[in-house]
Amino acid sequence: MGPKLILNGARAVFAAGVVAMAAAPYLFGANHVVLLTEFMSMLVLAIMWNLLAGYADIVTVGQHAYVGVGAYAFFGFAALADLNPYLSIPLAGLVAFAIAVPTMILVFRLRTAYLAIGTWVVAELLMLASGKLNAWGGGSGTSLPISIVLSFGRVRGERLATIYWLAFGLAAIAMLATYFLLRSRIGIGLTAMRDNEEGAAAIGVNITYARILCFLGTAPFLGMAGAIITLQKLRIAPPASFSIIDWTVFIIFNVVIGGIGSFEGPIIGTIVYFLLRQYLAGLGAWHLILLGSFSIIIILIEKRGLWGLIRRGLGDDLIPIAHKPSATFDGAVKANISAAFDNRR
Amino acid sequence: MTAVWLNQLLQGVMLGGLYTLFAIGLSLSAGVMRFVNIAHGDFIVLTCYALLLLTTLLGLSPVAATLIVLPFAFLFGFGLQRFLLQRVVGENVLLVILVTFALSIIIENGLLEGFGADPQKISGGWMETATVALGEGINVGLFQIVTFVAAVVLVAALDLLLYRTGIGAKIRAVSDDVAAANLIGLSSVRIYAVAMGITFVTIGIAAGFVSIWTNFDPASGPTRLLVAFEVIVMGGLGSLWGSLAGGIVLGVAQAVGGQFDIAWQIMAGHIVFLIVLALRPQGLFPKY
Amino acid sequence: MEATAESPLLAVEGVSVFYGNFRAIDRVDITVAAGEIVSIIGANGAGKSTLLKAVIGQAERVEGRILFAGDDIIGRTTEAIVASGVMLVPEGRRLFPSLTVEENLRLGWDVGRKGEFGFADIWRLFPALAERKRQKAGSLSGGQQQMVALGRALLANPRLLLCDEISLGLAPLVINELYMLIPQIKARGIGILIVEQDIERSLAVADRFYCLLEGRVSLVGCPGEVTRDQVIKHYFGL
Repeated sequence: MGPKLILNGARAVFAAGVVAMAAAPYLFGANHVVLLTEFMSMLVLAIMWNLLAGYADIVTVGQHAYVGVGAYAFFGFAALADLNPYLSIPLAGLVAFAIAVPTMILVFRLRTAYLAIGTWVVAELLMLASGKLNAWGGGSGTSLPISIVLSFGRVRGERLATIYWLAFGLAAIAMLATYFLLRSRIGIGLTAMRDNEEGAAAIGVNITYARILCFLGTAPFLGMAGAIITLQKLRIAPPASFSIIDWTVFIIFNVVIGGIGSFEGPIIGTIVYFLLRQYLAGLGAWHLILLGSFSIIIILIEKRGLWGLIRRGLGDDLIPIAHKPSATFDGAVKANISAAFDNRR
Repeated sequence: MTAVWLNQLLQGVMLGGLYTLFAIGLSLSAGVMRFVNIAHGDFIVLTCYALLLLTTLLGLSPVAATLIVLPFAFLFGFGLQRFLLQRVVGENVLLVILVTFALSIIIENGLLEGFGADPQKISGGWMETATVALGEGINVGLFQIVTFVAAVVLVAALDLLLYRTGIGAKIRAVSDDVAAANLIGLSSVRIYAVAMGITFVTIGIAAGFVSIWTNFDPASGPTRLLVAFEVIVMGGLGSLWGSLAGGIVLGVAQAVGGQFDIAWQIMAGHIVFLIVLALRPQGLFPKY
Repeated sequence: MEATAESPLLAVEGVSVFYGNFRAIDRVDITVAAGEIVSIIGANGAGKSTLLKAVIGQAERVEGRILFAGDDIIGRTTEAIVASGVMLVPEGRRLFPSLTVEENLRLGWDVGRKGEFGFADIWRLFPALAERKRQKAGSLSGGQQQMVALGRALLANPRLLLCDEISLGLAPLVINELYMLIPQIKARGIGILIVEQDIERSLAVADRFYCLLEGRVSLVGCPGEVTRDQVIKHYFGL
């Protein structure tokens, strides 16, 4: 079987998978739908972290800030302000965006690792501050009112399906947005900069502007994911909604194992995580030790993660992002070079 | 009323001494190797548990235990840099962040498995409870004063090491330009390892004091890291004495916040940090 | 092992240097005798700096043999190579800006073979530096920095001195002063390998020279024995 065949086969499998996911509530039972909803939420978080760390050269360890902000904003709009619960989700995203702006202004004064920890400080502050909000239950948090929950479907099956489709929709939008961004001039500039070519400036892309765009652009997605996660967990509480372990640590490990800086990496990493979770859950603290150790090993062996290893065999990306110069373009350049040599002689 | 506030202020300054101890090692490793070890706080906690074992199982005094730990700390830091971190240093800083972040998680969970989640503390004996009266209703703990003095002594000692010794000049050389150092025959690999060894000695000293000052548990690492981080950024990256200044600022901020409750204590620190970052991003005593 | 008339101080034999798959230097042969000044000229990218980096042990993939006083030094650490008597004056000076003049110089003493050349000789050779012992190297002029870089290398008491573009970015008068030192160094029996873009300077001081073109030796000779046109032809590969 030629590599081209395997590649196209893999692409077909991927396409089939997407279709299956779109129809999931019809294909799977309630428990699986719950699991898949969680999968979609984590996928959004993974895609966003990967965009920042793998393409925009902004490593953050504080993205759980926006998940928490989204959760609390959603509660505020839906439960406290009595707004339409569906509308409250994008509104939560908006609040996350609003928080991201001053955060960016502050932490962008720092570089690299300092920036990363700076985002962590902001996340800690937001978590502590949310514990001071009495209307949101203060330090111990509170439950989502039943009426809000029921407005997504009176019957459990219908409700789970609705919430699932919200999560799936968010994940799909996240993927499409990232896809188009990476294929745009900005995306090419970012990839060029990441791959250390000097071409980024030559293409005329303002890198600072691109990084700001990415940082601010991920916030609403993280916020909306936070709202959807709240719909699943049915509670808000500072340590849970702003959980660094759930919304940052696991995400980072997943993306690293799956493959940073590729479109497929976050998907593979999240899939692997969910497959392993069954077995890891019984190990207590060991599962984080194992995940952490495995991440270190992967980074040292193949920086591009599992996807990097798979890609060596496939020969191309599953989801083509890189532009390939056309055959006619190649030919023109070759003719040009030959002419130069002919003239020299 | 003023006596209360003055007491709090002094407490804050003394706390600043403790925070400087956390930060000084991070300042050295960040300044020399140009990366921030996210597991820094967790290594402090790891050492606290090592000291716990030495004091409970072998019945050693905290001072003796700390002194015994120091040479091992140097060797551990040397080895960690030489055999693990050296493989990712100088390349993409993403790798260093990821490796040290993963290390942090591994240590926290390893300690959790080994010791459980209960908070621990080492008794400081008489020194812990003794207080020194400095005036009308102004009392400071003796241990707190000793900690602060230790911080000042350590900063001075590192200053001397970096600016008056041969190895110090070499460490400063590789932190200026590691490629040039390699070209003229300095082994940057070995010098980095030595610098990390020294960093871990400061971690050992910090652990010796903090294990008596307050409780610790497997999850205490990140708090220590964030403190050290805020101290070195506020103090000015690359400046040793700046770390002392940064430590005092953070300590005082927290002491003021702590007048209300524990959450405000920590929030006050973060808020002051962000304010300093907004107004003077290069820190109080910037080197670069 | 000592260098004799039969075995020169430095013998680069069939050496190729690779950056990844790119062959920057292609099977080059070069010799330098003790007390001999050898110049390497060539255009940008011809491989001159790469050659020096290979000799000092800072090139990743090297094939062939580099014999220093008879011993093959390929694969040795730069630390070991410097300690055995080879020292580089790097391109662009590469001092440590936050260290003082004296501290920069002392590093040269620390890494090299301890020998008869010491601080007293440095202050005699570079009086301008003697006045600026405690000044931070970053605040010196280009010419002064070059003196420190050269002094640093000399304090290592090398048997073989590698000079990488020492005239770059300096005023002509300053370059003159520097080049007047070269014969003095040669007089101490030190072999000198000079890489220069300034052909005139380089050939004026050299006993022998090599011309590199795209990683290969295109011309070998003594400055007095070749014509200008010959040099230009082999420099540009016309």
